[in-house]
Amino acid sequence: MNILVCISVVPDTTTKISFTDNDTAFQTSGVQFILNPYDELALTRGLEIAEANGGKVTVVHVGLSDSEAVIRKALSMGAEAAIRINAAPTDAQQVASELAAIAGGYDLILTGRESIDYNGGLICGLLGAALNIPSINVVTRIDYINGTWSFDRDIDGGKESVSVQGPCVASAQKDLCEPRIPNMRGIMAARTKPLTVLEPKNNASGVTYTQFELPAPKQGVKLIDPSQAAELISLLKNEAKVL
Amino acid sequence: MSLVVFIEFADGVYKKSSLEALSMARSLAESTQQKVVAVQLNGPCDSQILGQHGAHKVLHNGSDLGAFAADSWGKALAQMCQETQAEVVIISNTYSGKSLAPRVAHELKADMASQVVSMPETSNGFRVKRSVFSGKAFAWVQLTSPIKVLALTPNSFPIQTWNESASLETTQVSASSTIQVESVQKVSGKIPLTEAEIVVSGGRGMKGPEHWGMIETLANQLGAATACSKPVSDMGWRPHSEHVGQTGITIKPNLYIAVGISGAIQHLAGVSSSKVIVAINKDPEAPFFKAADYGIVGDAFEVLPQLIEASK
Ligand SMILES: Cc1cc2nc3c(=O)[nH]c(=O)nc-3n(C[C@H](O)[C@H](O)[C@H](O)COP(=O)(O)OP(=O)(O)OC[C@H]3O[C@@H](n4cnc5c(N)ncnc54)[C@H](O)[C@@H]3O)c2cc1C
Ligand SMILES: Nc1ncnc2c1ncn2[C@@H]1O[C@H](COP(=O)(O)O)[C@@H](O)[C@H]1O
Repeated sequence: MNILVCISVVPDTTTKISFTDNDTAFQTSGVQFILNPYDELALTRGLEIAEANGGKVTVVHVGLSDSEAVIRKALSMGAEAAIRINAAPTDAQQVASELAAIAGGYDLILTGRESIDYNGGLICGLLGAALNIPSINVVTRIDYINGTWSFDRDIDGGKESVSVQGPCVASAQKDLCEPRIPNMRGIMAARTKPLTVLEPKNNASGVTYTQFELPAPKQGVKLIDPSQAAELISLLKNEAKVL
Repeated sequence: MSLVVFIEFADGVYKKSSLEALSMARSLAESTQQKVVAVQLNGPCDSQILGQHGAHKVLHNGSDLGAFAADSWGKALAQMCQETQAEVVIISNTYSGKSLAPRVAHELKADMASQVVSMPETSNGFRVKRSVFSGKAFAWVQLTSPIKVLALTPNSFPIQTWNESASLETTQVSASSTIQVESVQKVSGKIPLTEAEIVVSGGRGMKGPEHWGMIETLANQLGAATACSKPVSDMGWRPHSEHVGQTGITIKPNLYIAVGISGAIQHLAGVSSSKVIVAINKDPEAPFFKAADYGIVGDAFEVLPQLIEASK
């Protein structure tokens, strides 16, 4: 069994977001980059399934050499091999087309629900469409039972269980598992695991980010005396007009 | 040339977010002289409602596609978009919409943007505003392909009505999926969090799951959905589906009421696009007050009963 996990590298969740070059680029200086939290879940569950069924997990990342520390982290969690496609990620369609070029032949492909920076949430569906295999997004359970993939996924206002025979791609949602923390042995082993660098094939273009902006700052909070809390309701009705 | 809106029909009704998408498409069409086509793939069709909310024409699929699956529905929708020569395809950024949109975009070789939060700018190319960094910022993106696919965040555009009716055309598009739906569990009678206009949310300051009755009572009286902070769902006080924030759900209601939540950056990320924010916290230094429009510095257990009484 061969499982491919697509990983993205994102700013740490505590990052205060700001922009440079007249708000046309994300300010990366001083920002710590981490493995996307949803991809950690995808990788952890992928590893559990591979270990239980005698399989192998490969991770793939589209990005430049500065993301190799994060790729090594994925290897230290237990992935056997890594592929880095040497292109700066600019858009989901570009990334998906590079991933599709190497993603054939796997029994299961996992992504995160979304990357927490650009929040596209599109790679799972784009990859499924490009490979012409089913895509199942926001999954909270993945099992491999008698040769069939079985998933729970979030739907609007509930949950559903689905099954698929044959290769498919799924995106990890938060309930999937507890993220695995690399141990010392894993960290040592990761140093010598293969990390293959491939050049991009398609150089596809997608959308262009032209301008960023921060939300308008709040005007300041209007405080209501706790003993007069009822007044809040009338302010929300008559002043804010949201009730 | 047309603007196609994918209409979600579930549990016997049209999704509010689909009517929002339709209203936005019609507003966009007023300036570009395009026709708005509402595409409905399942269920019975009410072209009058869709016409009132902006459709010039309704394209209804008469053949049964079976349970929702991104691959087969994506193919069917793409085919219908081609038939109507769609230039822009608008889908709600719901769980189903977001699984469908990239599959449709691939079929149509279209550029696409998800988490779109306002009407596209078409005066100089085609630009849309989308939320990025889990709601901590916005980005303008330029789409250049002949066909464009947008996933519109719920609560981003108000529902509008037009005093018109739409023409109805029925087609037969079938497609099959290898995804087998085994079972569906819907949480009945609850307002889906992502679509709710009002959300009442509780944090660790609520002390324990046994006190959520107050949150639920207030929510019920206001017609609100309930949410919580991450530790609250991690401790199992509330289901994970209610957890909002950077690693939870991002929401954009008109009113967000946070009770006993400190306002950590990861929590704010998921809720800061809310139009009006109320923070209730006993600590005057809680960071949430910096992000709030209204605040009450006080004990939740004294404040909530007053709010419940006042909103009866
Ligand atoms: C990688 C990462 C991702 C994260 N993602 C998320 C996320 O998506 N969503 C999220 O919510 N958090 C997230 N967090 C956690 C976040 O940093 C905070 O720890 C969390 O939001 C705190 O939850 P809280 O405000 O409920 O609890 P606390 O921080 O414990 O705050 C409780 C608040 O209640 C107040 N209080 C106590 N008693 C009362 C009372 N009787 N009446 C009124 N007020 C009272 C206190 O003054 C305090 O401000 C993440 C953290 C990390 C590291
Ligand atoms: N540059 C990348 N390289 C490899 N996988 C990626 C990359 N960007 C995103 N992904 C994968 O796609 C998922 C969704 O990302 P996105 O569509 O960007 O929100 C992520 O959780 C990753 O699994």
